[in-house]
Amino acid sequence: MGAGLNPGDNVFSGMLSTNASTATTPLVTLDSVAKRFANGTLALDGFDLAIRNGEFVSLLGPSGCGKSTALRLIAGLGEPSRGSISWSGAQHRVRRSNRPEIGFVFQEPTLMPWATVFHNVMLPLELEGVERKAAVHRAARALERVGLASFRDSYPRELSGGMKMRVSIARALVTDPPLLLMDEPFAALDEITRFKLNNDLLELWRSVGHTVIFVTHSVFESVYLSSRIVVMTPRPGRVFTELAVDAPYPRDESFRTSAEYARHCRIASEALSRAMAENRKS
Amino acid sequence: MNDPASAPDAIHGLRIEWSRILLPVVTLALGILAWDLVVRVKGIPPFILPSPGLVAATLVSDWPLLWNSLLVTLDTTFYALALALAGGVGLAILFNQSRLIEHSLYPYAVILQVTPVVAVAPLLLIYLPQQAAVLACAWIVAFFPILANTTLGLNSVDRNLVDLFEIYGASRIKVLFRLKLPAALPYLLGGLRIAGGLSLVGAVVAEIAAGSAGAGSGLAYRIAESAYRLNIARMFAALILLSITGIAIFLALSLVSHLLLRRWHESAIAGEP
Repeated sequence: MGAGLNPGDNVFSGMLSTNASTATTPLVTLDSVAKRFANGTLALDGFDLAIRNGEFVSLLGPSGCGKSTALRLIAGLGEPSRGSISWSGAQHRVRRSNRPEIGFVFQEPTLMPWATVFHNVMLPLELEGVERKAAVHRAARALERVGLASFRDSYPRELSGGMKMRVSIARALVTDPPLLLMDEPFAALDEITRFKLNNDLLELWRSVGHTVIFVTHSVFESVYLSSRIVVMTPRPGRVFTELAVDAPYPRDESFRTSAEYARHCRIASEALSRAMAENRKS
Repeated sequence: MNDPASAPDAIHGLRIEWSRILLPVVTLALGILAWDLVVRVKGIPPFILPSPGLVAATLVSDWPLLWNSLLVTLDTTFYALALALAGGVGLAILFNQSRLIEHSLYPYAVILQVTPVVAVAPLLLIYLPQQAAVLACAWIVAFFPILANTTLGLNSVDRNLVDLFEIYGASRIKVLFRLKLPAALPYLLGGLRIAGGLSLVGAVVAEIAAGSAGAGSGLAYRIAESAYRLNIARMFAALILLSITGIAIFLALSLVSHLLLRRWHESAIAGEP
């Protein structure tokens, strides 16, 4: 398992380590998980992964390697065909099957076009039956966190792609979930916007202190963001190797141009090409 | 970023509006002129083809009679449309919630739609009181577009949004009312616009079928009755009223659709840069 030290922990020790075990007990453990779809496709096979509190983990792999499938299983969208997903959810507000509350960001912004930005962000709270006054307050705060407070009454179609994605992130964070799942959220954005959102996401992660699992097919993005990279083989997806990115946070544009960043990118790239070759052998 | 309609665009938009109003009016005027000329030059008797002037005069002189008939037809049309809306949306929701019900009933909804209502009307008139039969005819033709479109809309919901609702543990009812129905609204309104015209067609067809049985007082009945009396001018007058009614229904429903969708749906957003 990747041994990267966890930079989120010291910042949020007050929030997370009420008992000493949180640093060592994984938040979620996937144990030889397999997923076969109704059409016969085997998306995952023998997938093992443990995510600890406060980590920023990237699942890196080529398109169609089952990264998204793994993320969806963690979110409880579908059940594994084999294997198990277990949670150490005792310290969280618990939902079904011991799963803590989860924020999910899709590849598309996935906003309701008929609702204003504000009502889109309110949605998770309304669905969970949060009392209205508290919900309004929390939604406003979530919008502030992504810098869109002044766009609360706009409709999604009036926003740019990057702004829509911010709304989507605000919606995912509005319930203060301990775990944020992101499925290639910036893949459709231009590079300038993506870099900006990368920085904003890191800042949010450091100030909120949640755990992030981030699916991407970009080596550069995964190195820039994560404390640990999980490299996956092509379909059926399983973990090929794990890489700790031990560069300290906060990371910013100077990290993006540093030799250390380049070194990590090279290691990750090589791991990825070996992972691709791995599957051809079998 | 999207807003202020710049001046050239506003002028451009205005020019389009004018030509769209002016040209049909000019065409209509030319048509009426030609009609009048033909009647005058050929000396066609009014019981074969009345002049436009005579039709207009009839429209005025027979107004009380025609107005009352119009109200009867409108009454049927609106009831039928309301029932079609309720029935179409209700069935679409039912179909969406239960595959079993959908598979059991959908073929019959299609059969009801493809069977010509003119052929069904006489039968309905045998089994139902006349008012109910007329209403049933109008409903049969009007409900299907609403059912078909709403079903399409309910099934066209963004899969990711469905997943999102599932992640937050939303109940079926919440998924229906907060997600599926709003997503289906543009489709439903499209169906409603078609259904508005069709409910008038259905009412007219049923009235004509009923009219030949000798009872009724709607506009279509007036047309049938005037035909027997060779009162061709009144036939034209009633026909014109029916056309205007159809146009008014279409415009009213388009307005409703526009008001409901203008903030968010692409179809209702005026051309902007």
